[in-house]
Amino acid sequence: MYALPAAPPPAPRRQLFVGTALACAAGTTFFGGLIALFVRFRQEALSVTDGEWKPATVKVPEVPTNVMLIAFLFIGIFAQWAVYAARRQHKGGTALALGLVALIGIAVLNSQAFIYRQMGLGLGDGTYQTMFYAVTGAFVALLIVGLVFTVVSAFRYLGGRTSEREIISAHAMYWYFLSAMYVVLWFVVYVTK
Amino acid sequence: MTTIDPHVTGAGVDHVDTHSGERADGLLASVADWITTTDHKKIGRLFIGSSLLLLLGVAALGVLLGIERIDATDAMLDAGAMPQVFSLYRLVLTFGVVVPFGLGLALMIVPLQLGARSLAFPRLASAGFWAWLFGTGMVIGSIIANGGPGGGDEHMVQLFLVSMALAVVGLTAAAGSIAVSVLTTRAPGMNMRRVPLFSWSALVYALGLVLALPVLFGVLVLLFVDHRNGRSTFGGNVGIAEWLRVSASLPATALYAVPVFGLLLETVATATRKRLPMRGAGLIGIGLVGTALFAGVAQVDAGLSRDLVDMQFGDALREIVPYAVLNLLPLLGGVVVLLVFLLAAAGRPRIQSPLLFSFFGAGMVLVGLVGNAIYHVGDAQLAGTVFEEGTWIYVSYGTVIALLGGVVYWGPKIWGRSIADKKVLPLALLGVLATILASLPYYIAGFADQAGNTVAYPDYSGPSELWNTLVAVGHGLMALTVLAFIGLALQSFTKGERAGDDPWDGQTLEWATSSPAPADNFVDVHVISSAEPLLDLKPARSEGAA
Repeated sequence: MYALPAAPPPAPRRQLFVGTALACAAGTTFFGGLIALFVRFRQEALSVTDGEWKPATVKVPEVPTNVMLIAFLFIGIFAQWAVYAARRQHKGGTALALGLVALIGIAVLNSQAFIYRQMGLGLGDGTYQTMFYAVTGAFVALLIVGLVFTVVSAFRYLGGRTSEREIISAHAMYWYFLSAMYVVLWFVVYVTK
Repeated sequence: MTTIDPHVTGAGVDHVDTHSGERADGLLASVADWITTTDHKKIGRLFIGSSLLLLLGVAALGVLLGIERIDATDAMLDAGAMPQVFSLYRLVLTFGVVVPFGLGLALMIVPLQLGARSLAFPRLASAGFWAWLFGTGMVIGSIIANGGPGGGDEHMVQLFLVSMALAVVGLTAAAGSIAVSVLTTRAPGMNMRRVPLFSWSALVYALGLVLALPVLFGVLVLLFVDHRNGRSTFGGNVGIAEWLRVSASLPATALYAVPVFGLLLETVATATRKRLPMRGAGLIGIGLVGTALFAGVAQVDAGLSRDLVDMQFGDALREIVPYAVLNLLPLLGGVVVLLVFLLAAAGRPRIQSPLLFSFFGAGMVLVGLVGNAIYHVGDAQLAGTVFEEGTWIYVSYGTVIALLGGVVYWGPKIWGRSIADKKVLPLALLGVLATILASLPYYIAGFADQAGNTVAYPDYSGPSELWNTLVAVGHGLMALTVLAFIGLALQSFTKGERAGDDPWDGQTLEWATSSPAPADNFVDVHVISSAEPLLDLKPARSEGAA
């Protein structure tokens, strides 16, 4: 046994925040891989003469996709508001901000369901359809994780753990990640199609 | 005082008495404790034990495939099942043995090296283990039941994809736990440059897995969606093997060998009883090996085409840069580590079994990386031959050999007893012999155009019986090595000689606590003022005095 100098317990080093950052990095490679394959298949389909990627009969409803983009802007603002309010121990403000994040998140989910319904694609109808559902479906899964994260953050913080502001920051970071992913999804799948 | 009472509480086994009912209760409590444990040392042991058992199965499969390839006309296995058997062999050795073995050793040791009382997110790591174990079991089961790549039963093919995804999620979770631990639970004063070399390699490894495995998960999701719906995009059940190939072959698998290089530098520094020279270069070298993650993330391998010399400069550059980044950077990293090792070895290291295991293992990995660099040169004309399998076996078995050295090295800290050097040294040599026999013949047969991933190779005119017999013997010897190692480890760690707290005269924090390490690792949080905190307390020996 060695007499190494002892120290007082170190301050917590934001494990949840770092863990969430890593999860976001993992999510980025996961989602980036799906998007890359979407682009690759599109390129392959269009590289042949008279090649078709998105069937001509399929129309992408652009209004809800653009509204979703704007919604993510507001989600970012409200998520950061939650961090701001939590730092000032303002429980009411934090609750309201988290509630708005959840509300808009659910609205985005609803928009995506509306898009699916409007487009009316069959999952196995072709490569475009398969890739469309795989990419947007993966995003929906990440979105649901975000909503669960919001609910858990709200319960923990509003349940009395007001000193644990880290979870609110981590929560905001996750929604920024989702927003960035949606921007990519919007541009690749809904704009350049 | 740096230690606490070594009696681990809650294990249940301490309370066993002669009464049969209470003994049963004790056993039940012990099983429940292992299932629900959040002790990083136990989670690590679960990973290591499971992966070693799986290795026995994979080596047996290697023997079978070697025999099968000796004479394709006298087949023991159904020819239609060959794609599945090859997939089973490759996927289980990679994701059932090599990756979890490295993770297990890191989970077991990294918090101790960091001076931390626990792992970050231990429940996540524990859940990761069970997800991986369950997923791997189902992968094997689904392939046996005619699923997997090329499988004929569509439900089993889909079960294979889901199980594989589950195993990948489990491995990612465990890797995330390790990465967060290194980033957030270091002892005061331990900045990133002072992180022990093995922990540094564990960080590089874990970050690489956290970034690369989700891409594989994404591929599995796409394969599953496609397979269930039309099979128009990914080639149905036949296309699965091709889509999974990149993650289970070089250069991507070089990432899974990163801990080997950390272990090599760690053990040589301990064996010389000196500070590691050019430590910074060692850290950089390990990081460079970690660049193999690019192949896993981009899901590509890049080669040089045969007409490279006739190409315009710009076109040639477009081939050379990806080739160099994917194939040469990890090799360069390995060479840098080797140079640091040689520099350290000039300090006359004591010959200890962990050093030999890690040296031989790293050597095999480097031979595999060199082979990989050659394989991707078009003029070598090796594409599609068994040469590729040789490189993969070199790296995979090399990693296993080195990590066995890690078990020998840190075993005393976990079990409180050590394996006798004289008994375990022959196993290092046997392991190297096994690796060479299981892979070198395929380097030779690859140059003679023996086709890979098949038992039938009508265009090959070389002495196939000789090469494939040697490969089969090599896999058999590897199974023997692992079996003997497991037996020796069980005997030594339960009844062997008691080890002191610092049996190797180590330099890093794990040797400052008692052996076996208690449940919470350390009583006190230690302040670190160098990369070798224990060496600071041994000034007479730190300068190399005997």
